[in-house]
Amino acid sequence: MTEITKHEPHTVYIKPSKGIAALNLRDLWIYRELVFFMVWRDIKVKYKQTLLGMAWAVIQPVMTMLVFTFLFDRVAKLPTEGIPYPIFAFTALLPWGLFVTALNQGSRSLVAHNNMVTKIYFPRLILPMSSVFAGLVDFAIAFVILVGLMFYYQFVPAWNLIWTLPLFLLLAIITALGVALWLSAINVQYRDVNQALPFLTQFWLFATPVAYSASVISEQWQIAYSLNPMAGVVNGFRWALLGTGNGPDITLWVSVGISILIFISGLFYFRSMEKTFADTI
Amino acid sequence: MATAISVKNIGKQYKIGAAETKFRYNMLRDVIVDTVSAPIRIAKAMIGKSDRKQNQNFVWALKDVSFDLEEGKVLGIVGRNGAGKSTLLKILSRVTEPTTGTVTVRGRVGSLLEVGTGFHPELSGRENIYMNGAILGMRRAEIDSKFDEIVDFSEVSQFIDTPVKRYSSGMYLRLAFAVAAHLEPEILVVDEVLAVGDAEFQKKCLGKMGDVAQQGRTVLFVSHNMSAILRLTQEAIVLNKGQMLMRAPTQQAVDFYLSSGQSQAGEKNWDEQDVSQANAEFTPLSLKVKERSGKVVDTIRSTEPVTLEFEYQLNSSITGLRVGLYVSTMRGEYIFTSFDTDDASLYENFDTRSAGRYVSRAEIPADIFNEGRYMVGVNASSFGVKRYFMDENALAFNVDISGAPGTQWGEPRVGPIRPRLNWQIEKLEN
Repeated sequence: MTEITKHEPHTVYIKPSKGIAALNLRDLWIYRELVFFMVWRDIKVKYKQTLLGMAWAVIQPVMTMLVFTFLFDRVAKLPTEGIPYPIFAFTALLPWGLFVTALNQGSRSLVAHNNMVTKIYFPRLILPMSSVFAGLVDFAIAFVILVGLMFYYQFVPAWNLIWTLPLFLLLAIITALGVALWLSAINVQYRDVNQALPFLTQFWLFATPVAYSASVISEQWQIAYSLNPMAGVVNGFRWALLGTGNGPDITLWVSVGISILIFISGLFYFRSMEKTFADTI
Repeated sequence: MATAISVKNIGKQYKIGAAETKFRYNMLRDVIVDTVSAPIRIAKAMIGKSDRKQNQNFVWALKDVSFDLEEGKVLGIVGRNGAGKSTLLKILSRVTEPTTGTVTVRGRVGSLLEVGTGFHPELSGRENIYMNGAILGMRRAEIDSKFDEIVDFSEVSQFIDTPVKRYSSGMYLRLAFAVAAHLEPEILVVDEVLAVGDAEFQKKCLGKMGDVAQQGRTVLFVSHNMSAILRLTQEAIVLNKGQMLMRAPTQQAVDFYLSSGQSQAGEKNWDEQDVSQANAEFTPLSLKVKERSGKVVDTIRSTEPVTLEFEYQLNSSITGLRVGLYVSTMRGEYIFTSFDTDDASLYENFDTRSAGRYVSRAEIPADIFNEGRYMVGVNASSFGVKRYFMDENALAFNVDISGAPGTQWGEPRVGPIRPRLNWQIEKLEN
């Protein structure tokens, strides 16, 4: 029993794309369920055949936080603007964890799914997108731990995080996705990206105020420092959750601008390379 | 009737020569040189001044192909390997973009190129049905409504909640095909998948394809199996070296294909243009399949020995030359490899060959092949030194099994070889 659904089939025109390709958001909408399934699959498969399962989503950030607390609080005694260091570090580890997942999984997403890319059509944007979204689950788990830490230290955040936090989360996603778009598309042709990723991640961590406070950077370097979009994201998270820093000032807007620039240019670069993915991967 | 597919002057150009750089990595020296020069090369590539471009050759996998296909028609595509059949299907299913031309496709294209794409070994059969369905462009509701049908068709209902990594390869393929077969696209593209699975399952697949065609869907069917093409299609196009030679009612197209020599009817001749000029010392001339009487044939009998003859010209003396034959199934699984100097005395006499015209002839004994179609590849090289010539898909031949062991039962047997074994039956006890 197979009934043909009687809707008018839509017509597709296939031709060589020239110059900057259109974003083709219609196809992305048609395939929206695939994003959901890819995210679901990533989450489902991630901790399969592990002894500790989802506990890893807790262990990883907590261990990092403990190491940071020992090194930078007990040993180096870095200033934290009066915030207990574990909360101070963990607030930054939330967006940083999301970013690292996106950077690593997203950049490898096209190459990792090369059998899909060479065999069927679907908007290739779905691959880096779903890698980034899959990181949101770990983010949510880590967020619950942060709430626990705040209870433990009896820290009360400002009420306006209700609207500031989602905005900074969005900024984190845009930044992560932007970088993932660039690197995944480059990785199709130059696998050097795979080799560079561990180093890049490490370098970027030092360039971002995760373990330390952005206030240790001297005044004249603040603008240059904010060219790193993750600096804006992390400072924003601390401001929204802990009330540290200056809030939205010029350095934040510079970071936001860079994030949006990376994201938009990443989209167009990705789309312009997309037509050769199946041939060069 | 409305037009389902309209192809206009489609061309697809590929770069070749990338493989050469890959092989260079065999030597440590090259790796070091490559690493040191990498930043310069990348910088050059980024500003579009790659020096590699100059060494790159371009090849047209498809050129100026145009045809229209009406809704509900089944079109066969025939042509030898490398004729551009797969490239055409890839363009139609939007996997790759054409270099020139346009295609207008009315409706969803589902292709059976993609069997099992996106299957994850850790997920259960049930989960993979949803995952794979989504990748093929099915809505969740659509998968829900067809779920039972898919499971029935795949015959794995008992194991539907087991991770597919525990499946046998047959179960895995059946499940994968079942999802693809239930996609119900307006246009279905089928590429040789009928070669997968056991005979029973193949029959089911062909049946499914027949159903699809009867429901008024458009089907593009690529196969090397002329009897399947004749049975399932009304019309066919013949591709050769990326160009469309003809479009005609299937019988006519198949006759043309078989008689024009592209079907490699027992003989392959190399023209000058087919042969790379880089290896001037070796020129291949012809490869022939001969039956016992010496007649060149396309179909051999498995019960009789067959001779493969490779004729070639050496333009200068070559040391360490060996000429090899590779025999594989149409799915690309090798059955055996053999070289003309395998034998110690031939090795001694012909290890060095002076310039001249040669033929290397091998007799394949009777009772080797099972029913089907096989591919012969040829290769000429000096071991560890240089490869002079290689054609992995030089020639194909059919095997007829009448009189072969076990044919009294008239059922297909699995496996590419059908040896006559020395069976003994003893009664041990009453």
